[in-house]
Amino acid sequence: MSRAREFADLAGSADAGGITGRNIVINGAMQVAQRATSASAKSSAGFHVVDRFKFINNTSTGAVDIEQSTTVPAGQGFGYSLKVSTSTAKATLTGTNEFGIQQRIEGQNLQVLNHGTSSASKATLSFWVRSNKTGTYVVWFYKEGSNRNIQRQFTISSADTWEKKALTIDGDTSGSIANDNSNELEFFIVLGTGPDRSSGTAPTAWETLDNADRYVGQTVNILDSTSNTFYLTGVQLEIGEKATPFDHSESYGETLAKCQRYYFKFLEGSTKEIGVAWYYTAAHASFMLRYPTTMRATPTGIDTTGTGYYTIYRNGGSDAINSITFENGSTEQYSAYNNSEASGTAGQAGLVRSTNASAKVEFDAEL
Amino acid sequence: MDEMTITNAQYTSDLNATIKCTIDGVEMQVPCDPDNRHYAEIQKQIASGDLTIADAE
Repeated sequence: MSRAREFADLAGSADAGGITGRNIVINGAMQVAQRATSASAKSSAGFHVVDRFKFINNTSTGAVDIEQSTTVPAGQGFGYSLKVSTSTAKATLTGTNEFGIQQRIEGQNLQVLNHGTSSASKATLSFWVRSNKTGTYVVWFYKEGSNRNIQRQFTISSADTWEKKALTIDGDTSGSIANDNSNELEFFIVLGTGPDRSSGTAPTAWETLDNADRYVGQTVNILDSTSNTFYLTGVQLEIGEKATPFDHSESYGETLAKCQRYYFKFLEGSTKEIGVAWYYTAAHASFMLRYPTTMRATPTGIDTTGTGYYTIYRNGGSDAINSITFENGSTEQYSAYNNSEASGTAGQAGLVRSTNASAKVEFDAEL
Repeated sequence: MDEMTITNAQYTSDLNATIKCTIDGVEMQVPCDPDNRHYAEIQKQIASGDLTIADAE
């Protein structure tokens, strides 16, 4: 076979999705939603629904409903999209208001970009969008480590119609990317901006951040009416100038494991086992919690608390406890204890279990 | 983009390894790991004089 034929076949394979593992974005098909599949009236920033995609909103009064939606572009192999619907409108955004969808990427997943060298590579972000709001949208790319940014724009020209967009950004020969677990590149799909973020000159090439430049060109404000919706799926960032078809080769389990590096829902609901406890003293029961994968950093522990939400079964009896105190954590595990309701005998062992439908234990190591 | 409202910060034990606090209305237990985004924000607010951490009980 000639080299020309091999290259032609390679290109054809890429077009058919045959080259796998090229998507730098995690959960681009919006499959994993550990926290919730919907959230109502969100007026603050946070990871509210699908994993890895952070909702940014500092508008104070504007609020949205967010959903893992089954509305998807036909025939593209997607099961879900991320849907944003305005629930409380803010017709005019002011000052530094910003509103949109963001994902941050670890530096050690970005070394292939070769930023900071003469071999810096172009990269292409592609995605499917649908909205009733036609007009120009900005996607803002920012490297926190070097405080450099660039933006690209796309247009939704047909209301309520799925459209695929592809935006290519230059390689950056300045601003190297640290090879570690820090936030080294984020992209932000802007859904609305105030004038203090859009009154300068659009950064069409990599340059040092000027906040007034960030979202210049954004004409759409999704928050301007409670009739507005915005859908997003098939988000893919890959090396080069060509947007290849979305890489569907990654299994749900693989995507879930990637997401759990950043957030892990240990349990939700009643009758979920937590671990083996031992009574360090009569009133102090200790236990361990392990994560299924190494997390990006030592995570923040979050336990939903309430009377009898958890129970330690020991010595033919039980201690209903209200909360868990996380003591000493790592990227692998946490030690934890309860010394407020535990009441056993030093040296006893027991089993810790959730005993309320509202019980929930989470670990957060997001960027 | 990372503005957080942090209140009621207190070390959970004498190990000073974890800080219990309320972030944007949610009670959390934040490890003293500079790579943790919540801890990084706590440090920033301490440096600016907007937050103090109480000793463990």
